[in-house]
Order: sequence, then C-alpha cells, then structure tokens
Amino acid sequence: MSRLASLTLRLAAGAAMALSAPALAQDIAITNARLVIGDGSAPVDAGTVVVRGGRVVAAGANVAVPAGVPSVDAGGKFVTPGLVAGFSRIGLVEVSAVDATEDSNSRTSIFSAAIDIAPALNPLGTPVAVSRIDGVTRALVYPGNSSGLFAGRGALVDLGADRDMVTRAGLFQYVEFGEEGAARAGGSRAATFLHFRALLQEARDYGANRAAYDGRSTDNMLRRADAEALLRVLDGRDRLFIKVDRASDILAVIRLLGEFPQIKPTLVGAAEGWTVASEIAAARIPVIAVALTDLPDSFEILASTQSNIGRMRAAGVNVSIGLVDDEEVHKLGYARQYAGNLVALTRVPGATGLSWDQAFAAITSGPASAAGVDGDVGSLRPGRVGDVVIWDGDPLEVTSVPVAVYIDGVEQPMTSRQRRLRDRYMNPVEGDLPNSYDR
Amino acid sequence: MKLVNRILATAAMAAALSACAAGGGSGTSSGPATAAARPAPVNLDPYPSTYRPFASVPTAIVGATVFDGEGGRIENGTVLLRDGKVEAVGGADLAVPAGYTRVDGTGKFVTPGIIDVHSHLGDYPSPSVEAHSDGNEATDPTTPEVWAEHSIWPQDPGFTRALANGGVTSLLVLPGSANLMGGRTVTLKNVPGRTMQQMKFPGAPYGLKMACGENPKRVYGSRGRMPSTRMGNLAVNRQTWARAAEYRRKADAGESQPRDLAMETLSEVLRGNILIHNHCYRSDEMAIVLDMAEEFGYSVSTFHHAVESYKIADMLREANVCSAMWADWWGFKMESYDGIPENIALVHNAGACAIVHSDDANQIQRLNQEAAKALAAGRRAGINISEATAMTWLTINPARAMGIDAMTGSLRAGKMGDVVLWNGNPFSVYSRPERVWIDGALMFDAYNPRLRPVSDFELGQPGEGDVK
Repeated sequence: MSRLASLTLRLAAGAAMALSAPALAQDIAITNARLVIGDGSAPVDAGTVVVRGGRVVAAGANVAVPAGVPSVDAGGKFVTPGLVAGFSRIGLVEVSAVDATEDSNSRTSIFSAAIDIAPALNPLGTPVAVSRIDGVTRALVYPGNSSGLFAGRGALVDLGADRDMVTRAGLFQYVEFGEEGAARAGGSRAATFLHFRALLQEARDYGANRAAYDGRSTDNMLRRADAEALLRVLDGRDRLFIKVDRASDILAVIRLLGEFPQIKPTLVGAAEGWTVASEIAAARIPVIAVALTDLPDSFEILASTQSNIGRMRAAGVNVSIGLVDDEEVHKLGYARQYAGNLVALTRVPGATGLSWDQAFAAITSGPASAAGVDGDVGSLRPGRVGDVVIWDGDPLEVTSVPVAVYIDGVEQPMTSRQRRLRDRYMNPVEGDLPNSYDR
Repeated sequence: MKLVNRILATAAMAAALSACAAGGGSGTSSGPATAAARPAPVNLDPYPSTYRPFASVPTAIVGATVFDGEGGRIENGTVLLRDGKVEAVGGADLAVPAGYTRVDGTGKFVTPGIIDVHSHLGDYPSPSVEAHSDGNEATDPTTPEVWAEHSIWPQDPGFTRALANGGVTSLLVLPGSANLMGGRTVTLKNVPGRTMQQMKFPGAPYGLKMACGENPKRVYGSRGRMPSTRMGNLAVNRQTWARAAEYRRKADAGESQPRDLAMETLSEVLRGNILIHNHCYRSDEMAIVLDMAEEFGYSVSTFHHAVESYKIADMLREANVCSAMWADWWGFKMESYDGIPENIALVHNAGACAIVHSDDANQIQRLNQEAAKALAAGRRAGINISEATAMTWLTINPARAMGIDAMTGSLRAGKMGDVVLWNGNPFSVYSRPERVWIDGALMFDAYNPRLRPVSDFELGQPGEGDVK
C-alpha cells in the first residue's frame, strides 16, 4: 500500500505521469497456480493471486480469495505477471517497410528531443494483439531517429484491447552514442560528446532565462520545445536512456554522466557491457541489454557474447533483456525465448547464464526497474497493475503460450488477425464459395 | 530485421548503373554446325571442391534418444560412425565393435547435422560493413551469370556460431533477392577453410536463386527501369527464359554461338541440372511462377520465405515443391503481412514438403527452436506431429531441396557422418549442441575449448575464443 500511497503522492505533486485509469478494471482471483511473482523469487506451488480494482492486492501461497471476487482455477499451470518489453516500438509501426505505417522515425523533422511518441500510438495495430496473446502486457516504447542527437521522448504502454495504450507518457528521453551517435553528430564519437554537452548547456541557458532565449538565431542549436524537453532530462524528471555498446564508449559515457548528477540514466544495448561490468555496477546504472547477440556485426560489438547478461548480473549490475533494434515491433515475445536461452547457458561450459528465476525477472520486473516503474508494473507484488498471464507450460519454453491474459485485471480476447487467417486456411481448398466468404 | 535492412540498403544505393546487360543471347548464329566447328565443351566445374573430410576415429554414441532425420525415433539408441560415414544406427542391442570411442548419450539426443537451405553467411559476413556487402549484384535485374561462391569470405565468424550453437553441418548460400535471377547458389560443408573451395560440398548440384515480388520491382523501379511492377517481373523473366531456350537449343544442336555465362546457367536449369530456389512470399505469385516453370520446361525445387504457402498447400503438394519458411516472421514488409505461426505445420499437414530456414546469421544458431515453435503452433491447431517428424524440417527435407539427400540429411548407413549430440531434447529452449561431427570428424565439443574454431577476424580481438 505504501507504493500506492507514494504513487498518489507523486500524482498529487503534479509529476507529469499520465497514468491512465483502466476503463474496465476488474476484480479477479486466480488460484491453484504455479505462481511466479516476477521479482526473481522462485515459483510457488498452489499459489493464488488476487486483483482488485485493476491492481494486485495479494499473491502467494497462503492467500485467501475475498468474498465476491470471481475466481479462476489455474489447474497447477504457470501464472505470472505479464511480460514487460524492455525495448519496443509497438504501436508505432504496422508494416516496417511501408513508410506511411512507420511512425517511429522522424529523420527530417525540425524537432528532436521534444518529439513525444505518445499521441502516435495505435492500440488497434495488428502487432499489438500478436504480442498481447503471447503474454506481453506492457512495453517501453522508444522513438527511432530524429534529425538531431536526441531522439525524443519514450513511453510506458499497455497492450490491452482498448483505445488507450499510454500508461505513462514522456517517461524517458532516448539518445544513441557509438557509431549511430557519431553519425548523428557529424561523423565522430568526439563530436557526439561535444554535442551532448553543448545541447544540455544550451537547455540550461534556456531554463535560466526563457524570455531571453531566441531559439531562432543561427547560434542556437535548440528549438524552445527541444530545450524544454532536455530540461526534464537535466533535472531528472525524465529518465535518460542511452544506447551504447563498445566498452570504451560505455566508460566514456559513465564519466560524462559524472558531470550531470541529476540525470537518471539507463544504458541500452551494452553488447560489450560484460567487459566493463564492475564499472557499470559501481556507477549503479541499470542496463537493458541485448541477450543473444554474439556476432561481431559491427566494430563496436566485437566482444559480444550470449554470456553478456549473465556476466553483468554476476558482477552486480541491474540488468534485464531488451530486443534492441531486433524484433521490437512484430514479435515482442522473442524476449522470453531469449530468457530461456540464457537459462540454457547455465549448462554450457565456459558460458554464464541466468537462473530460471533471474531470467524471468529479466523480462518482467527487470525492465520495469530499469525504467523506474517497478513500483507499478512488472511483478505480482501488492500494488502493481493487475497484469496476469496463465500459461499452458513453462513460459520460457518456445513451445508454451498463454491460455489467458489479464491487463489491469481485465481479461483479454485471445485472438489476432493471424489467428483469423489460420482459421480461414486450416483447409485451404474452397468449398461452395471462395474462401473470402469464410469467416 | 537484418533482412529488411539489407533490402532497404539496396534500394537506397544511389550508385550509377553499370551498362552491363545480363545475358547476350543476341549473338549471330553460325548456321548448321559441322563436326569441326562444334564449340569446345564447357567445363561445368571450374571451381571444384577441394573439401576433404578431417581425421576421424570410429565412434559409437550410445544411450541417447535418436531422431534419424527421416521421421524415425529410437530410444536408448546406438549410432556408429566409421571412416567418415554413418556405419549403423540401431537400438541398445546394436553391438559396438572393439576399438570404437564410446560417447555416452544417456539423457541426450542425437540428430543428423542441421541443414540450412537459406543462408547468406560468407556473402553478407560479420562485421556487416559496406565493404562486406557481397550478396546482391544489384546492377541488372537478371544476373544468372554470378555465382555466390565467388563472394564467400571463409573467415565469416558466423560459420563458427552456426556450428557451435546451431549444430549446422551443411548450408546453402544464395545470392540476395534484389534481382529476379540473382545467380548461382553454393552448398557448403560448415567447416573452416582458407578457401571457399575447401568448404564446398563435394558433388552438390548448383541452384539458381530467383526472386518474386517486392524486391526486384522496387530496386529497379526506383531507378526508372524495368521491372517496376509484378507484371514487369514476369515479363523480364519470361523474355530471359525465352532467350535461354534458344541458347540451349543451339548448344544442344552443336551450333556455334558466343559463350554467354548467364545463358549457360539458365540452360543448365532447363536441362534439369540446376535447382531453382525461388524467393516468393505471396501464394498467388507462387502459383504464377509454377505456370511459368511449366511454360519454359523447368521445375521449382523450393519457394523460400514462403509465408503464404499455407494458403495453397494443396497446390504445392501437387507440384512437388518444397516451402522454406520461418516459424514466426511477419509484418516487416507488405508481402510478409499474412505470415502466421502455423504456416509450417499447415504445409506439412497438407502433405507438402516443409523446411525451416533462417536467412539470418542469428537464427541459424537456433533453427531447432524455430522448429519447436512451428511444431507447437501446429499441435495447438489440432495437427498431430511428432518431434521425430518435425526434425525432418531441418534435415532430410532441406537435403532434398538442395539435391544432397543421397549423401546427408539423415542417419542412414553409408551417408556422411554429419551428426549432432544435443545435451537435451532439441525441441527445448534449454538444449544446446554438445558435440558436432562432420563426415565423422569431431569438429565441435562444448567440453573441449580446443575444438571451438576462431576465425582470423576474431583473432586478437576483444572476446577472442570466448564461448559465444
């Protein structure tokens, strides 16, 4: 309850968190579960989870179902929190290569840091339902590239079958260092660091005297709206998610952040993070990392290995899984396949993986923690949103799928456009009429 | 989404077009040939394989569950390898001769080496820098004269990952899909080599990569040249086949004509010596390609990326064409919009040939998991498929599609000793290859760091020799 209280307090304090109230919040209890809380603790048999008013009120082995709360017997199946995608562009893209349906990139916009993806989200896009019925209930949605160094403001969303995806708009600002950052800053890593400092200094100047700030002269690098967005980064109102992979870049970014003590950073990607894991741990910066990247696809990820996350975890880093520039639109469920693979590594000599409990946390409470929203989403601890999934098997196995999905306590339809196609073509040979009449 | 990146990068290339036109075929005929004027015979194998099996010892894998790659399953099985070949496969009663190295497979699984029918390893190697982009000769919509083997970089680290993490022992490397006719494919044994020839699968037939749909029409249409539409795709294909038919007629009649490498490849297709591997997503386009093949007298081995095969699975069975598919890729481009997770199982269930392929340096490392997804999706749709049957999607079926099924693709006495020992059921996410034999030689052993190949590129770099 303290979490709820603190949330209320923050809302009352006027923090810009557009927490949308679930439209159809429900009470639901699921009993007889192999219950996974999602915080890294071990599964509990014969567990019960109770959701009231769209929030978890209790979950564990000896939890009673309050009178009047409808109850579902899970029959011993796995029951878990909904998965939290640590890196996605869900809701922003329908068909990746069809530009008109691709709203993540703003490469020729005159704005950068101020670009807020929230109003572009489309909850009725077909990828939303595909990942929803695969057990993904929340996602961090990242902007793609802007014309500047800062990409814009990302959000926490839900994948519920309703008209509003936004859980919290403007949760974080996104910036890429390394090769991509160098390209955006004019060609070199050196220019990236200079741009970063100069842009933030200009935002400070703007904040110190808004009236005097022109924003239109050729000396200005920032538009007023972009400066306003960067002020939110500077004072920690918006977190700063930083894509960075090469070991030397990670260390340079950690040093750079030392100049900006108010910034709340999260590292993203971190393909070579394992080689500087102790430094990341010492800096206490959470990481949303690539999981199975193991090829030197570029010169900034030469040391990439599937042991990356396991080794960072072993060094004390708060690390979780993100499908970083991977399957971030159409197959968010890949994160649980990756988590399962990290468990597989525990049986490979010389590799470092995660325990099952750690791996499951890396796709639920882990990304939520890295975004500072683990008090609200990502586990079945009391006070969290009522996102609950019942599975037909071990949720980290690629052969398993959800049998029921609840978001904010609301039972979700287990269908998608893909399922409709499947049903139409179970027998492709036409009957009396063409298949187009079959629905 | 590497595939998409590759496609977009191709489309974005603003390079000036070469004036080179693929396929002459307009050379003047020199009248009836006389014996003296007959053209010199063409060397059909000018870049021959120099692959030799590596040293092996007689080996017995005992006590494992065996999927034989043709749908068979043996509990507590015994697999004998000798002289690079599968010597015998049986149950616990199969005697192990004296002198064999015994490998305890208790609690583990044995399968044939995994075969990927769609890879660009070596042609689009890691690191994927512009200087390594060697998979699309995107300067003319038809380039049957190019050969994928001439782009192979043997030092691509991707080969080693496919071996150690994926148990891949053979693969088909194809040109990309920018062109309607992209060029010849090459079949490789997944062993490190100094040269491409040292990796080349001995005796494997060539294939010709063709592509339907969006890519060719976008790449060339964006440059203001034909094809810019799907009907343009067909017209260019048909005109090219017509030229090939005439070239072949003259060649077979012994009439002299200027040598044309493009027409040579197409003539070999028409003679049935080169297999067609046709990138084609949409079912309606596959149906048109099948008619085109009949029109010009060739056959299609396999439709690749066939995300809509489930819509015409009955026709594909009748045409005896394989479909090479992903378990769940969809939505990355318009022609992949109707991809569904049940595609592979539905194609199989209709009695057509189903294959799980990768087209990806990452997914080639876990094709077993992709087959597991497809199997599970099929079962949930009510299609009863055994694990042993699903294993055929990774073994004998791709071997058939590549024309190497008499040599590998299943654990049958006399075939190549291409074998994977998994540390658990390969249809579980928790299982990995523990040992991999290629032609009976142990080429990977998870417990022996010396049996973990490191490419030249990774030598002296961060992470060299790591368990990747």
